[in-house]
Amino acid sequence: MTAKTTVKSGSFLSGLLRHQIVIPLAAILLLTLFNLIADPSFFRIKLGMTNAGNPVLTGNLITILDSGSELAILAIGMTLVTAASGGQDISVGAAIAISGSVILRILCGPPGAYSGELQAPIFVAFLAACAVSMIFGAFNGSLVAFFRIQPMVATLILFTAGRSIAAWINNNKLPIISDDRFSYYGGYLPGVPIPTPFFIAVICFVITWAILKFTNLGLYVQSVGINEKTSRLNGLNPELIKFATYVLLGLCVAVSGFIKVSRVSTLNYSVIAKDIEMDAILAVALGGNALSGGKFSMSASVLGAYVLQYLTTTLYKFHVKPESLSAYKAVVVILLVILSAPAVREKLSSLVKKLHSPASSAGQSA
Amino acid sequence: MSPAPFFYNEMKVNDMREASVLEMRGIYKSFPGVKALQNVDFTLRAGEIHALMGENGAGKSTLIKVLTGVYPMDAGEIQIKDKGPVQIHSPQQAQQAGISTVYQEISLCPNLSVAENIFLGRGEGRLVSWREMNRKAGTLLDSLGIRVKPTQQLASCSIAVQQMVAIARAVDMDCRVLILDEPTSSLDESEVEKLFHLMRDLRERGVGIIFVTHFLDQVYEVCDRITVLRDGKLVGEYEIENLPRVQLVSKMLGKELDDMADIKNNIPVYSEESFTPVYEAKGLCSTEGIQPFDFYIRCGEVNGFTGLLGSGRSESVRAIFGADKVTGGEVRVDGKPVKITKPIEAMRCGLGYLAEDRKRDGIIGDLSVRDNIILALQVKTGFFKPFSKAQATKFADEYIKLLDIKTASVNTPIKSLSGGNQQKVILGRWLLTHPKYLILDEPTRGIDVGTKIEIQKLVLKLASEGMSVTFISSETDEMLRTCSRLIVMRDRRVVGELTGDQLTQNTIMNTIAGGEKE
Amino acid sequence: MKARRIIAAMAAAALCSAFMAGCSNAGVNSQPAASEPANNEPASSEAVEPKEGDGLIKIGVINNDPNESGYRTANVNDLTKTFTKENGYDAEFKYSLKNDEQIGFAQKFIQDEVDYLLLSAADTAGWDSVLQDAKAAGVKVILFDRTIDADESLYEASIVSDMDKEGETAVEWLKGQNLDKYEIIHLQGVMGSAAQKGRSKALNTAADELGWTIVNEQTAEWSAEKAQQIVQSVIDSNQSFNVIYAENDDMAKGAVAALDKANISHGVGQDVIIMGFDCNQWALKELLEQRWNYDGQCNPFQSSYIQEIITKLENGETLDQKTIIMDEKGFDAATITQDDVDNYGI
Repeated sequence: MTAKTTVKSGSFLSGLLRHQIVIPLAAILLLTLFNLIADPSFFRIKLGMTNAGNPVLTGNLITILDSGSELAILAIGMTLVTAASGGQDISVGAAIAISGSVILRILCGPPGAYSGELQAPIFVAFLAACAVSMIFGAFNGSLVAFFRIQPMVATLILFTAGRSIAAWINNNKLPIISDDRFSYYGGYLPGVPIPTPFFIAVICFVITWAILKFTNLGLYVQSVGINEKTSRLNGLNPELIKFATYVLLGLCVAVSGFIKVSRVSTLNYSVIAKDIEMDAILAVALGGNALSGGKFSMSASVLGAYVLQYLTTTLYKFHVKPESLSAYKAVVVILLVILSAPAVREKLSSLVKKLHSPASSAGQSA
Repeated sequence: MSPAPFFYNEMKVNDMREASVLEMRGIYKSFPGVKALQNVDFTLRAGEIHALMGENGAGKSTLIKVLTGVYPMDAGEIQIKDKGPVQIHSPQQAQQAGISTVYQEISLCPNLSVAENIFLGRGEGRLVSWREMNRKAGTLLDSLGIRVKPTQQLASCSIAVQQMVAIARAVDMDCRVLILDEPTSSLDESEVEKLFHLMRDLRERGVGIIFVTHFLDQVYEVCDRITVLRDGKLVGEYEIENLPRVQLVSKMLGKELDDMADIKNNIPVYSEESFTPVYEAKGLCSTEGIQPFDFYIRCGEVNGFTGLLGSGRSESVRAIFGADKVTGGEVRVDGKPVKITKPIEAMRCGLGYLAEDRKRDGIIGDLSVRDNIILALQVKTGFFKPFSKAQATKFADEYIKLLDIKTASVNTPIKSLSGGNQQKVILGRWLLTHPKYLILDEPTRGIDVGTKIEIQKLVLKLASEGMSVTFISSETDEMLRTCSRLIVMRDRRVVGELTGDQLTQNTIMNTIAGGEKE
Repeated sequence: MKARRIIAAMAAAALCSAFMAGCSNAGVNSQPAASEPANNEPASSEAVEPKEGDGLIKIGVINNDPNESGYRTANVNDLTKTFTKENGYDAEFKYSLKNDEQIGFAQKFIQDEVDYLLLSAADTAGWDSVLQDAKAAGVKVILFDRTIDADESLYEASIVSDMDKEGETAVEWLKGQNLDKYEIIHLQGVMGSAAQKGRSKALNTAADELGWTIVNEQTAEWSAEKAQQIVQSVIDSNQSFNVIYAENDDMAKGAVAALDKANISHGVGQDVIIMGFDCNQWALKELLEQRWNYDGQCNPFQSSYIQEIITKLENGETLDQKTIIMDEKGFDAATITQDDVDNYGI
């Protein structure tokens, strides 16, 4: 057939460009290159000690893996929600405030009662936070799935009310947990030099990977996101699937809320995880996933989250003027998002093909 | 010459007919890896209806897209009468050259009025007077014999009227060449008749019409000449009277063809009452407003629902499959009472349903061919039992081979396949679930002749292996070739059942038109 | 379908408002401890001369949402504790973070013919016409906590925190430490906010004049986690520093978390000096335990000042000045006592 006239390198490159994960990978490569040239000490990792005498690894790379964890975990849930419902949940920041407040409320007991003794085991608090977050996820999910409200509008309700709810849970108090065991989850386990949040993120990612591998979640979510009507005719229940993705996002929210609260052993409900919903959505977009739903790549989203953290850490490291910090971030993010937009990737890919094909057809005809 | 008035003098029309209004010479167009058009010539005379025929991938749409400025051509020349050679680089330039197109998917604004749609985007730099616009639109529609109020919202008109409004819009923009790309695929027969009336009227006025369709009957009903393309090359240009139907098909396929005859011989014969029904429904009705109806199908039987578009034939099969909300009726599968209110329940009972609208209800566009094939079976087997990639690929390969699906690989997104191949993938999806009873609603719409015949043959083969099939098609001859029993519907109720000797075009027409059940 | 959506929207709205109601109630009723200092103040808290009628002075209070911050919660609690029936006031409280909603509340209060309108405006602009209405209706306006862009004649008094002064007090304290070298990490609040501008200005001026090194100056947007990351990045790049000047307590806490992780000592007599603002109770405890060095107050207890003004006006006196700047303290870990923590912690 005449159809196969492209050379291997061209088709390989263009095929690669078509692949979602390329953009976040390229972004990491670029940032790495920039840092290597600007200041190679960026990559130095040292073994140090904490005040408590624990050995810890420190360095910018460790900071990235550590601080990017919550965002990566959120990106997992946000990817599923985006893929299934073609919209985003903008209430995750507020929901983190809620789940964090629940943890504090369970650990410290009724407001004012806390005296340094934990009132409940940590895992009970964590499970309670999971339950509450999933209930709020279910609330969002039912608005989107059963009442067919635009995801952004549906989640706007919790976005507006969430931080007030969080404040109400602890009666506007900001209890601080002094028990060291609680700080393990946002810091270091005794004797382990790698930050715990990174482990938690890895565990979340492995569980997600296993779920995608050993169930049909991926196929169902993508089918529903691409064509709801067809999915229904093929025996799926699109409402239930959309609903489920919001509940799963609720679970991710609880986990990242747990890490966030553990980091500083308290939370400020008006500031905690502020604007993290936008970063989570950005991570999904950076991963090259269409925000209108449909096909997704989980690893690309998670990488997208770490790209954002990489970028933030780089900007902090180079002491960018505080007034222009957000502007720098915005410029880089816009570039990346444009490059990772499916339409642009398609164009780039065919451009590469074009650049290679004249040479190949010349070779063929000769 | 001053801009040609649209209404030509009566005297001139005869001269115009002989003169070519559009000439395309030596058109080349290739895409990376594909030579879509090679040295194609095309001539359109003023005042003729010219069919452009070819299988999917023959180059019809590429030729039209080159002509309308959607794609630039690699080489060649386009001449328009009185304008000489023209360069067409954009749809706007095509419009200026007097070339107008009406696509299969109507590209008007459904929420605007008919008049607004006709004049939209043609503001001559002044304020719109609504009354003036509506009056002008009314005159135009009257002159074309289209009966619709200019102020009516377009969405509330039937598809046929929408199509005609699109044509009116095209015609009013001083067009000499009107391209109709599959205009009839979503129209029922009376609507098609109205459209043909309009086309003939335009022909009398000296407009050259390029008509792209899959319906052979329609070609022979309205067209004057036929140009056949195959594999991007010109096969030939024929006067309609010199090209019998069979020859046309064989030219399109590039081989001598007596498949039609083959099929007829294959119709299986049943002995009455020899099988218990695989599926049986009594008093079935749904929220879509069909009257309660009784229905059964036996093992190995092929039957069909027929009736005009909107008669309720699709709604009936949707009720059988549980695709719409079922509001009443008793259902038995293999003699046992079952409840089918959702597609998944139907699937568990061994039913399969290929929906009418492939794009909306059939394909999952961005997913791969493999995922599209395994989807139904995967849902049936359950959430916690995904197939391994190897297993899924094996399934997909099996049906790609069985159905001769043309795809680069199992990973290709289904949306990049041609219509016929998409349809085959969906067919494969349902065959993979090994249904006892398969419902095919318009499986051959909008796909090329070759595939149509393949699908008809496949249906009969499956039936001979014991599968029950309900087949719905707008083309009566296709139904006649495949079905041994036809249920006729009118106004959302079953009005007759035809078997044996009753299966002729005439009986069907009479039953549809109002002849009572015998 | 449409009906379904409407029901959904209504259900959502109902739920939402139920939550909101629950929250604001909670905000008002809680925290008896925090407002005690108001009563400790020596100011004129004796009962005001009763007026005719029910004898109560009718006031309308428009404040920002108590959930906005710990500062605001303390502020709201202080006001609600003071303006009670027992103290001779018939007070109504309205909360919103939105200027136009606040203006609506103001109009309502004017219609209700309150005697005094106490206002902490969400935004500085847009108050002229409603305050003119108030003046015409004989309603006396007292601004607290925040100023507005309006003619001085439209209000009786304005009680404000001087953020510049807060910064200056803190920087004076820092100068007084007489360190060999000053290498400072400066953690800023949300850029452009009044607190950020005031607290940054003093430090920047001093750094210029005295040649202090600002190792890193970055906005952590009031957030502990961001502050932690910023300090972490300084540690990771091996830069030395001996002062962390955080513009609120949360950011100071985040910074300390980063130091703890890197085994850098902090507090009184240690390697790094920690400075925070706002005087959260937990922050003052850190001072008490010598882990932090300094915390600057942003006084949320304005009720005593307001009460004093109302008393004066009721007695027909005139005010010496329209703008009243509150006393604000800075606490040094070396001198702080448990009483300070109890009285001034918010």
